[in-house]
Amino acid sequence: MSFYDIGKSHAQFDFDGFFKEVKDKDVFRALSKETLDEKDFLALLSGKAQGHIEAMAKKSHEVILKNFGKVVYLYSPLYLGNFCDNECVYCGFKNGNDIARKKLTFDELRKEAEIIAETGIRHILILTGESRGETPVSYIKDSVSILKKYFTSISIEVYSMSIEEYSILIAAGVDGIALYQETYDENLYKAVHPKGPKRNYLYRLDAPERACAAGMRSVSIGALLGLSDFKKETFFSGLHAAYLQNKYPGIEISVSLPRLCPQAGGFSPKSKIADADFVRMMLALRLFLPRVGINISTREKNDFRKNLIGLGVTRMSAGSQTEVGGYSSPKESEGQFFTADKSSVKEVKEMIYAKGYQPIMKDWQEI
Amino acid sequence: MEDTLIIAGHKINSRFLLGTGKFSSNEIMKESIKNSETHILTVALRRIDMDSKDENIMDYIPDNRIVMTNTSGARNSDEAIRIARLARQLGCGDWIKIEVISDNKYLLPDNAETIKATEILAKEGFIVMPYFNPDLADAARLRDAGAASIMPLGAPIGTNKGLCAKEMIRILIEEIELPVIVDAGIGRPSQAAEAMELGADAVLVNTAVAGADNPPLMAKAFSLAVKAGRCSYLSGPGAVKETAQASSPLTGFLR
Repeated sequence: MSFYDIGKSHAQFDFDGFFKEVKDKDVFRALSKETLDEKDFLALLSGKAQGHIEAMAKKSHEVILKNFGKVVYLYSPLYLGNFCDNECVYCGFKNGNDIARKKLTFDELRKEAEIIAETGIRHILILTGESRGETPVSYIKDSVSILKKYFTSISIEVYSMSIEEYSILIAAGVDGIALYQETYDENLYKAVHPKGPKRNYLYRLDAPERACAAGMRSVSIGALLGLSDFKKETFFSGLHAAYLQNKYPGIEISVSLPRLCPQAGGFSPKSKIADADFVRMMLALRLFLPRVGINISTREKNDFRKNLIGLGVTRMSAGSQTEVGGYSSPKESEGQFFTADKSSVKEVKEMIYAKGYQPIMKDWQEI
Repeated sequence: MEDTLIIAGHKINSRFLLGTGKFSSNEIMKESIKNSETHILTVALRRIDMDSKDENIMDYIPDNRIVMTNTSGARNSDEAIRIARLARQLGCGDWIKIEVISDNKYLLPDNAETIKATEILAKEGFIVMPYFNPDLADAARLRDAGAASIMPLGAPIGTNKGLCAKEMIRILIEEIELPVIVDAGIGRPSQAAEAMELGADAVLVNTAVAGADNPPLMAKAFSLAVKAGRCSYLSGPGAVKETAQASSPLTGFLR
């Protein structure tokens, strides 16, 4: 059994027809329940729920206060390299893009780590493109050994790996993984990943589960919103998170909501997502999965992120540089995507405090 | 009348224990601690950052309180034991709240793993306070394993639902001679008072204080409610009657 089978079981479901038929009473019913089923989740994702957005926000606020309290966890991304064998049409690092390619030497890595650690960040997310030649598992493992001296929690956002490879990295000190399916529509997936190892839909889809099986402490999944119908993508992201949570109850599951934004290569999103729709997706997800973490990155603007605090978000990136070596030498290479919130860690912390919440820098350490 | 809570030979000045997570700032937490008059505070090791210049939670805890490190994040006994040892190495002392949660959906404690961790840590000299799902047989196992108190949940953590497990907790109070501290699920001061009237030795609260609009005021409310509940318990409230006293009782002919 894989999440693939659950996805397949919805293949014949008429989403558009369902969304069109949602009535106010369906939204009310979903809002009155403590445990939502799939139909309730769909009702809250539907356009009909937009008329009840305030009620959704109030309930989400209660849910987040009870489950997470008045806190927001912070982390920073650190790009190790941008070599990539894939051709993902939406990504600034795709193989065919004529950008400067680079991977950090270990000396450069230490310099980046020092600068980030100085801001007080204790949770680091390391990223690479998919190049097993330039940035193999052994390189990531050695990088983790260095980063352990600066950070208490290390997550990876790299290419899909085998259980054995995840186990190697866990033993080296990795405790979290972020791995996004980009789209749960298999045909579209093939279309936006025309070449490279990432083209294997099933290997990608099962990667979070392989990380769970290897004993990863936290696993973050999600779809790149803007590639297709964001309501359907949010629905499958939620279902995927629920599947993992039920099968691996000891693992902290979270969902990211990355909204497509401009990057090198100039890909334009197929479906633009208004702020109101984006918020509805986040609230529906929060109510469907009260205990699951929700991550909002610096793809979103500072004032918008501020408004989301207390409504559903539990984790935010801060002070992000999305180019390789970007902390020590800004603008040395092209970023993977455009960061809308350019605030420093200090400014993000102040923003969170101003909203009446506490920024949490450390939430785990190797034991 | 002397009424002191004693845990592992230590005289505890307050029957209200406070958790330090979930607060909107360390300053508000500090103010809440002051108003709570609490003697024992729980702090998650995962949040303690001794290297931080301005964010170390320990800097906001008054010196004259007992810090009980909790093993939040432990998914089995082995992880709970490692966290406890690490806490001791960091100078956090010997008071340990064992919290083993292998279920992130409902956050219910794993009793079997909790018992294992209790046994090992008690042997290593820790003052072990296990958080568990109220079950009489498991409570006896915890006692035999060397627990200094037992901490049954009132309701699933963070739910503010109150004493959902009231009947089970009542049995623990009657049968287990260790201090019984109701931990988790208490959402309002009235529910804390209810637990104390039932005969609980203390209550531990976090979400209900940290999540209030005015946490320091709520801390004070809980402190008062716990005292009121304890006084009520000690004073022996009159029995509840289901019916009014009939003026012509059925057994009146016996007079």
